[in-house]
Amino acid sequence: MTDAISSAAGLARPRPARRDIGIKRRYAAERRFRAYGIAALTFGIVFLFLLVSSVVSKGYTAFQQTMITVPVEFTEAIIDPKNERAENPQKLMTANYPLLARNAVAKVLGVAENDRTGLRDVNKMISDGVRSQLRDMVVANPALIGTTQTVSLLAAGDLDSAFKGQISLDVPEANRKVNDKQVGWMNQLAESGALAKHFNTGIFVNGNSSRPEAAGVGVALIGSFYMMLIVLVLSLPIGVAASIYLEEFAPKNRLTDLIEVNINNLAAVPSIVYGLLGLAVFINFAGLPRSASLVGGLVLTLMTLPTIIIATRAALKAVPPSIRAAALGLGASKMQTIFHHVLPLAMPGILTGTIIGLAHALGETAPLLLIGMVAFVANYPTTPLDPSTALPVQIYMWANEAERAFVERTSGAIIILLLFLIVMNVGAILLRRRFERRW
Amino acid sequence: MNMMSEAAVEKALDGKMNEVSYKMVGREVSVYYGDKRALFDVNLNVRENTVTALIGPSGCGKSTFLRTLNRMNDTIDNCRVTGRITLDGDDIYDKEIDVVELRARVGMVFQKPNPFPKSIYENVAYGPKIHGLARNKADMDHIVEASLQRAGLWTEVKDRLHESGTGLSGGQQQRLCIARAIAVSPEVILMDEPCSALDPIATARVEELIHELRANYTIVIVTHSMQQAARVSQRTAMFHLGQLVEENDTDKMFTNPDDQRTQDYIMGRFG
Amino acid sequence: MSTSILLPILAVIGVAAYAAGVWRANAIARGASSRLHSRPGYYGSFVALWALLPALALLVLWLIASPLYINAAVRSEFPEEVTTLSQAEQGLNFGMVSSLARGMSVLAAEEIDRIGGDPAELRAALGARGVPLAGEPKPFMVQAAGDLNQMTAASRTMMTVAALAVSLAGAFFGLSRVAPRFRARNKVEKAVLASLIVASSIAILTTIGIVLSMLTEATHFFTRVPAWEFFFGTVWDPRFAAAGATASEGQFGLIPLLLGTLYIGFVAMLVAVPVGLFSAIYMSEYASRQVRSVAKPLLEVLAGIPTIVYGFFALTAVGPFLRDLSSQLNGLVTGNYANFIQAQSVLTAGFVMGIMLIPYVSSLSDDIITAVPRALRDGSLGLGATRSETIKRVTLPAALPGIVGAILMTASRAIGETMIVVLAAGVAARIQWNPFEPMTTVTVKIVSQLTGDLEFTSPQTLVAFALGITLFAITLCLNIYALYIVRKYREQYE
Repeated sequence: MTDAISSAAGLARPRPARRDIGIKRRYAAERRFRAYGIAALTFGIVFLFLLVSSVVSKGYTAFQQTMITVPVEFTEAIIDPKNERAENPQKLMTANYPLLARNAVAKVLGVAENDRTGLRDVNKMISDGVRSQLRDMVVANPALIGTTQTVSLLAAGDLDSAFKGQISLDVPEANRKVNDKQVGWMNQLAESGALAKHFNTGIFVNGNSSRPEAAGVGVALIGSFYMMLIVLVLSLPIGVAASIYLEEFAPKNRLTDLIEVNINNLAAVPSIVYGLLGLAVFINFAGLPRSASLVGGLVLTLMTLPTIIIATRAALKAVPPSIRAAALGLGASKMQTIFHHVLPLAMPGILTGTIIGLAHALGETAPLLLIGMVAFVANYPTTPLDPSTALPVQIYMWANEAERAFVERTSGAIIILLLFLIVMNVGAILLRRRFERRW
Repeated sequence: MNMMSEAAVEKALDGKMNEVSYKMVGREVSVYYGDKRALFDVNLNVRENTVTALIGPSGCGKSTFLRTLNRMNDTIDNCRVTGRITLDGDDIYDKEIDVVELRARVGMVFQKPNPFPKSIYENVAYGPKIHGLARNKADMDHIVEASLQRAGLWTEVKDRLHESGTGLSGGQQQRLCIARAIAVSPEVILMDEPCSALDPIATARVEELIHELRANYTIVIVTHSMQQAARVSQRTAMFHLGQLVEENDTDKMFTNPDDQRTQDYIMGRFG
Repeated sequence: MSTSILLPILAVIGVAAYAAGVWRANAIARGASSRLHSRPGYYGSFVALWALLPALALLVLWLIASPLYINAAVRSEFPEEVTTLSQAEQGLNFGMVSSLARGMSVLAAEEIDRIGGDPAELRAALGARGVPLAGEPKPFMVQAAGDLNQMTAASRTMMTVAALAVSLAGAFFGLSRVAPRFRARNKVEKAVLASLIVASSIAILTTIGIVLSMLTEATHFFTRVPAWEFFFGTVWDPRFAAAGATASEGQFGLIPLLLGTLYIGFVAMLVAVPVGLFSAIYMSEYASRQVRSVAKPLLEVLAGIPTIVYGFFALTAVGPFLRDLSSQLNGLVTGNYANFIQAQSVLTAGFVMGIMLIPYVSSLSDDIITAVPRALRDGSLGLGATRSETIKRVTLPAALPGIVGAILMTASRAIGETMIVVLAAGVAARIQWNPFEPMTTVTVKIVSQLTGDLEFTSPQTLVAFALGITLFAITLCLNIYALYIVRKYREQYE
């Protein structure tokens, strides 16, 4: 037994000396390299959070609006002093409604009727939007004249900012848009409960306005909706048809190769070039109206088509050839095979691609600027041929406004846009999860 | 002495002896891919300056075992190894052991020739360069030439060292990969079906090479060809369904195996 | 009858034709549908196609051709003093006529009779109906407008009759072809195939449309401004001249815009390429599955955010931050709290654009890196290389052509990006090298030349198309070259 051990030990050669292969130095390099990777990834993600939090922190207040709730006397002497509304209904449209509001607020604050600077300050606290607000009430129900109603009046944009704490009160009074007297009144009204923040439905339904407190994305939402509808109705069938031809029927020759390269290129053409195309072809040549959501939809369709075609072809390619062989083997024609078997199986992938394409189209701004969708539109478009604007364009227009309150509105509109995009993308992800197939 | 049975003593001594006298020793090696177990308690010794062939039907675990020997399965997600594998008595799965250092000592040649898309010279110089084995250019030239010569490729490529390695024929590519492995001066070379992608003439060249390399290196080769195992190896291990069926001298294995399953496999009854 | 009524009628005829086809096929088969070559539905579709396609083709042709014909006819009746005027003035005259015609169709017939031919009264009457006219119409215009309305009405009636006739004739022809051995399915499938081909040709048509429309408008521009002055001019100062005044035409030098575009794009790439590339490497080579499943979608979110949002972020957050930072730094060093970084600057726009481009670089290079065969990686690891050595010395060199392609594609995006630069780069076209100062880009100028009131004959407007085609050409070259490289690269490993 001892022999066995010694012979075994004799068998073992002396170990070769360990070579120095610079392990320490190399692992330091490895750690550095890895750290670069983590730093890069963190950089990207941190900026995503910075961007989102910057927008949200600036914008969440846009969904609240300061209102002054006071009893308003619908004095006949102001609305219709000569009592001619029976003959001339126009009279009710042009009456001096802001005066009613001013008087109502002044009364609550106890400002004397001969205190002209006081009254001017009061007037600046109320939005000019009360004109249409009170007018609509009276026109709808002329019997209100002579009565006193409790109305929630829209506060002016500056007061709104001040009440939300966005205007620093440390700034000297002269450089501030809200003076000390108004701040005092604001606090007084707030204490009595007359001045309070309410949920801001206006931002969803109002049209554009030069006064931030009355501006909303309602018109832009309708415009964007029309455009998305047009994009969906046109680009999905055309894109699917084109993909089916290219993937299933097209012979492999120079021409189809050219189409292939062409589609890949179109997907990478700057979006603004599509705007130029739309301007030259749809507006200049075909004579369609400027600022119309029809033209916007057509331009975005052309822009979205390559994306949808690329996604659809990938989805068709993913359907295994065995399915095709099975259907063809049963005597189905090629067309039947594709429409009965291949297309339904590829549908989840196609729809996912379409939703992602639509989401891109929804956020696209540059081409719309060129086809005149930057127009100031305050009225709802009734057809896709009417002048309209789009959500991202509205954001662009507001971003160019100087007023503090518009920064809040712009961020609010961006939040709305991002919410739509999140809903669409989550929808696409769910669709993919729900129907994902492994062959 | 009396307390211990003779067999127990022998077993204890055997364990000790094996770890020092064999180049590499695997004890109770099991491998799991997620929940799936691919190897079951394999005990296998690799002798120094010997060619050990691992044979068995496809999916039997022979390649898996080979890759545990230089921890190449670290690169596969959710792969777990239990048991003990030693190189010169040191556990290679020990935390103290560095995988880079291990692989510099236990080189590997893969099933498909995988030269880097670089020049022939660069391919061979790659290992020495990363490990800092050459002090200067002349030293590196020497290493490259010696490695290519050992791999039997020098005369074929010496005039085109700076052409791409991917331009060589399949057999030449595989010998280039062997030269690349030799250049690091490993102690053990693992070969994973090195000839499966080669034609018969190239295969013969590589087998010849393996034969010559035995003098300086310990070689473990996985092969699906029993003739090849018989031609190149001195020891053969037969795997089946993740288990080591039999390990024996190659001559004995192919003439008079101990295990019925080995007999059946060699006779071509399955696999 | 207007087209909006005609189309539903045609649709009804189509449905009826389908039903008739099915019915006839069933009648012929007499209960044994195996007698038929195709399923009855195909016969129905065949008949419906015959009922609709020729009629719709006629309709489209008519709608394109008839306005052209009518316009020519109306113009030929213009008095000589008008026909001798310039093209633009004739256009103005014709515009007046057509708005008159539109207005007159609003008025009741007896009202027109009452007014007679008195232009002033007509203008007042139209104004009361909410149809304002730009100027006092001349008597001949009223006459022409009446003719225009008459001809349009006649053309419409003729079109309706013709379309309905063709549709019915087509339906009967289709019906007459229905027979047991008639290969209706093959015919219908041929029609479907044709529509598929038409759909895929839209991609080509779009490209042709882009090139042609921009070329024609750009050619108009180059007849006013010499091409070399545009391509090599170093001053951009397109003064908006009052209509007709030719003396104050501006200077249209492309160079300052191009430099601004390239400079901002370069800064963006400086941010995006290292960050994107290292993110891709980390995610494909190091990150655990959990990290990857969180980080990858997060980066993709960056790609899904509209560029207008990035522009706003640059305008309201990054720009002011850099400006204040620079003034603080300056204050600490020199005691003078003047900012040396402008809020709108090359740095602001480039940096934010770089963030936007990170996901493009990372997802493109991720694809490229994972396309490098595992065998190469294993080969290197098997020799004892560390992961980073494998990446630096084997994976990246092997992936290099593909990564170059990815970077070129990203660069083409940077050059074509609009909203970020519109909001964050500034509008001053100048040649300078300080990244803290504003510069402007080709895309910014396209937007600013084409927003506002447009007159399609002035070089100030047309220059946008010259800029557009330059932009298109640059990005096209980058993309084609990048696609070529990437394709080559993929073939290598397939």
